[in-house]
Amino acid sequence: MPAEPVDPATLRQTPLAALHRRLGARMVPFAGYEMPVQYQTGIVAEHVWTRTSVGLFDVSHMGQIVLGGADHPTLAAALERLVPADIAGLEPGRIRYTQFIASNGGIIDDLMVTRPTAEQGTLMLVVNASRKAIDEAWLRENLPPEITVTLREDRALVALQGPRAQEVIGPLWPATQNLGFMTAMPGSLAGIDVHLARSGYTGEDGFEISLAAAEVEALFEKLLSDDRVRPVGLGARDTLRLEAGLCLYGQDIDESTSPIEAGLGWSIPARRRQALDFIGASRFAQELEEGPARRRVGLAPQGRMPVRHGAEIRDTDGNVVGLVTSGGFGPTVDAPVAMGYVPAGQAAPGTVVDVVVRGKPVPTVVTRLPFVPHRYRR
Amino acid sequence: MSDLKFTKDHEWVRVEGNIATFGITEHAQDQLGDIVFVELPSVGAAFAQGDEAAVVESVKAASEVYAPVSGEVTEINGELEGNPGLVNKEAQGGGWFVKLAMSEPAELKGLMSEAEYQAFLAESV
Repeated sequence: MPAEPVDPATLRQTPLAALHRRLGARMVPFAGYEMPVQYQTGIVAEHVWTRTSVGLFDVSHMGQIVLGGADHPTLAAALERLVPADIAGLEPGRIRYTQFIASNGGIIDDLMVTRPTAEQGTLMLVVNASRKAIDEAWLRENLPPEITVTLREDRALVALQGPRAQEVIGPLWPATQNLGFMTAMPGSLAGIDVHLARSGYTGEDGFEISLAAAEVEALFEKLLSDDRVRPVGLGARDTLRLEAGLCLYGQDIDESTSPIEAGLGWSIPARRRQALDFIGASRFAQELEEGPARRRVGLAPQGRMPVRHGAEIRDTDGNVVGLVTSGGFGPTVDAPVAMGYVPAGQAAPGTVVDVVVRGKPVPTVVTRLPFVPHRYRR
Repeated sequence: MSDLKFTKDHEWVRVEGNIATFGITEHAQDQLGDIVFVELPSVGAAFAQGDEAAVVESVKAASEVYAPVSGEVTEINGELEGNPGLVNKEAQGGGWFVKLAMSEPAELKGLMSEAEYQAFLAESV
């Protein structure tokens, strides 16, 4: 069980680190932060709890970046050069999933963009922890100088995820009843000023709550005082997002993979496809026209043995055709689950491939994603 | 204190006559977390001390399990195929992995007693 070699002195902590320790978390290095991989009950129990009740996650390591411009059209036009989503048409209180696209058409990072209800000319971005320095530099380099870029290291972020999340939040804040998936609003939760979004990365209904770092411990404890809520670590966050077919940056997507290959084309609307007015659009245009050479697919290994990130995928003739990008055991599926890239001709559900584990081929079926249906609140 | 012997790689061994039964320690199962699959060798396979003899897959990762002594596999714990979580529940009992007919019993002298293993764990934290 070798641990990732990390100099503990350089690891950063979220404002919840002390609370995680009091809750019995096992802390591990992740994206430069010391994070809870699991609490006392373990990954499978935390995963199942999130699918059946409510899990509470510390995701304060993620980057919260605020962009400021003269007004929404000006700011949206500037950001649209960097991302292929419809930002101009983003209404107040709405959230979009998108990607920063590199000049070569690969993915610099994937992110959520929120247009707050109140302010004009403001967008709030949530980016991956491992990429926030790169993203911030990319934004500063490519946005016009009059657009302000502020990395909000003074903010914390927690995710409350699971089918009973509304039951927990509703009594504290009745207006959340009418908040649909991928919408957000500011307000007061248990007396604390927060920005609350109906979003998440587990495939379940739930909320992501941004608030001042100084107040996050009080909110976390308040939410945990509800018997329906338990803390859930990064281990279960990974198995939950994998079952939900969601990409992990650095594994399933990176600067070599394009949004079309990764199956993220749904996040690029017709106006942007026609205009092709974003950085890296030439590869996108070519893949739209010719189809991508490879595609991200779900992989269902037959039997009980998990296949992991980095394992080779072979066709039935023994040729290496791709790699597993995420893999493990899905507690809700109760079977191994994985994702990876295969040639477009072998991406049809039902195609049989072999994944090589310790030199042995594991028969594996290409499957539709997600493995577990999404249960977002529409 | 038990009559088990321990390795620095967190395997335990129980010796009855010439047969060494081994598995992973309570500490190892706790560190690994939920175990979802155990890959065991075939009966008749021969290992030298320290060879990779089995693989244990937790939700998080795959970890090698090494033969604590040299020998030939006489029996494997078939119950782990359908119930790998038994390793979490009874790591140093019902969750055993493999029985070996020892070819070099003198190797046992190099293994740790339980007290020595506990001291080793305390040092390595």
